[in-house]
Amino acid sequence: MSALASILIIARLTLREAFRRRLLWTLAGLTALLVVLTSWGFSRISEASPITGPVQELGVSQATVMLAFMFSFVLAMTAVFAGSPSIGPDIENGLLLAVLARPIRRSEVMLGRWAGLAGVLVVYALVAGYLELGAVVLATGYAPVDPLTAPVYLAGQSLVLLTLAILFSTRIAPVAGGAMAVVGYGLAWMAGVMGGVGEAFNSDVLRGAGIVARLILPSDVLWRGAAGALSPSEGVLQLAGVNAGLYKFSPFSGAAPTPLWLAWCVAWIIGALGLGIILLSRREL
Amino acid sequence: MTAGVVGGTTRGAAGEPEGGFAVETRELRKEFGRIVALDGLTMTVRRGEVFGLLGPNGAGKTTAVKLLLGLSRPTAGHGRVMGAPLGDLAARRRIGYLPELFRYQGWMTAREVLGLHCELARLPRSEWEREIRAALELVGLVDRADDRTETFSKGMQQRLGLAVALLGRPDLVLLDEPTSALDPVGRQDVRGIIGSLRDRGTTVVLNSHLLTEVERVCDRVGIVDRGRVVAEMSMAELTRERGVSVRVTGLDDGGREVAARFAPARVDGEWLFMDDITDADVPGLVGELVARGGSIHAVVPTRDTLEGRFMSLLAPDGRSGAGESGAAESGTPGTRGQEP
Repeated sequence: MSALASILIIARLTLREAFRRRLLWTLAGLTALLVVLTSWGFSRISEASPITGPVQELGVSQATVMLAFMFSFVLAMTAVFAGSPSIGPDIENGLLLAVLARPIRRSEVMLGRWAGLAGVLVVYALVAGYLELGAVVLATGYAPVDPLTAPVYLAGQSLVLLTLAILFSTRIAPVAGGAMAVVGYGLAWMAGVMGGVGEAFNSDVLRGAGIVARLILPSDVLWRGAAGALSPSEGVLQLAGVNAGLYKFSPFSGAAPTPLWLAWCVAWIIGALGLGIILLSRREL
Repeated sequence: MTAGVVGGTTRGAAGEPEGGFAVETRELRKEFGRIVALDGLTMTVRRGEVFGLLGPNGAGKTTAVKLLLGLSRPTAGHGRVMGAPLGDLAARRRIGYLPELFRYQGWMTAREVLGLHCELARLPRSEWEREIRAALELVGLVDRADDRTETFSKGMQQRLGLAVALLGRPDLVLLDEPTSALDPVGRQDVRGIIGSLRDRGTTVVLNSHLLTEVERVCDRVGIVDRGRVVAEMSMAELTRERGVSVRVTGLDDGGREVAARFAPARVDGEWLFMDDITDADVPGLVGELVARGGSIHAVVPTRDTLEGRFMSLLAPDGRSGAGESGAAESGTPGTRGQEP
């Protein structure tokens, strides 16, 4: 039987566990609650300040990006909490001993775990993201630049953090690994902000630091993509009297990542999984 | 390992049986940093036999089993399991394993755990139901088949682990301390299961420090001490008869001296221990003792106990974890364990 079949066995097992442990139901319930609250909140914003011009549109766009930021944070935490205990505890409590005594490789177990959790996160990110954006559009009439791709970027960001958490899980205790992944996520976001400042003030040092941080952990690349997709057009910024250059200074601004950066994100995930497989294969059971 | 092999066991390829050994290791070494867990483990297990791997805590038994399964990689040395190199994926399809640290998905029912392992073991789907039912019946978990395993006692989890190990009628079953969580009834059940495995030709490697358990079910044993096999022999060789013990009363000192004419004798109360007397001399000894006014209450063939041999083979300071079969065995006339 192929390696793919082994990976699918573990991925299905992971999905069943997520379902049985009520992770899916919890996410579905929270999503429903979030959509209701989003609809109510944005309808109040729309009542208080209907979009009649670029200034009001700018205001709604910023609220939308803030909503997306909150959602990206929830996704990031979900990815970390789901990924951190995915390998190490199963080794320590002996659960993997019986599994790995079967004709299955450690790499297949790890990739199966990743695939199962990635499936949960991607579906959650897309369904919840589109529902929330739909609620905003219906409540306010605001049309972001590229609303369809924003949840895709957020799903990608959650995959980066899931991969990081699983990588740590091969060697580090869940609490420590989870904390490290959260800190990494925060630092990457902050480095992105500093990189934006570097762009705004033409500082090579800050710009370079931002690039290095994104190379080390590209989660912020994808967050910026989502933020850019939900931002107003440059025309709206100009009409609202906002300097487009200074707008980049905002931690809640962004732009679609270049194909090179997107390729790096994919390569980073593959590389981190490869490193995780090496670390796991060398770990004593 | 090469040193300290006791008994006439055929070793290595020179005496390889037809079809090869079920397990064969040569100079397996495993280091964890500066700790040497296995220090040149060499052993052979024949196909169809129940082989006991005995040793005190920390001797390296569990490490050896993990190496056999490919769960851990040797630092040096090599081995073959069911004719394949250690860790071979295809060979693992023919191996059942009960880990010492048994734990199964708590959110699954026993039936689901067994179903998962049917899938992992690549059993044909059409056989799953029959295999699962048979395994549940064998370990006495039919009534709890649809309960989550997180509600199981430790003993029940170990029974489930045994069921998992026996799925698909494996050719080789590795049982690492299979009765550690079981009550006496459960232990007896496991002995019965091991016996039925032997009857159908399955090779069993039983890893245990419970000497009674090993003595009752194993055909051969390998005694491991400090990461090396210090003895590998059949149970018959290990616990062979050695002379007789005679309970005699009414004998004076002269009578005891008569006994010494047949073989060296050791006196302890009413018991006369004569380890080196031959079978042919026993009737003469008894006749002489009676003629000297002695009343014979018992004449008991003396056997080496596993515990006695086990203790004698271990390095002097390696005995801390040994001998958990209890003192009931030692000191019993008719056995040669620890002195009475």
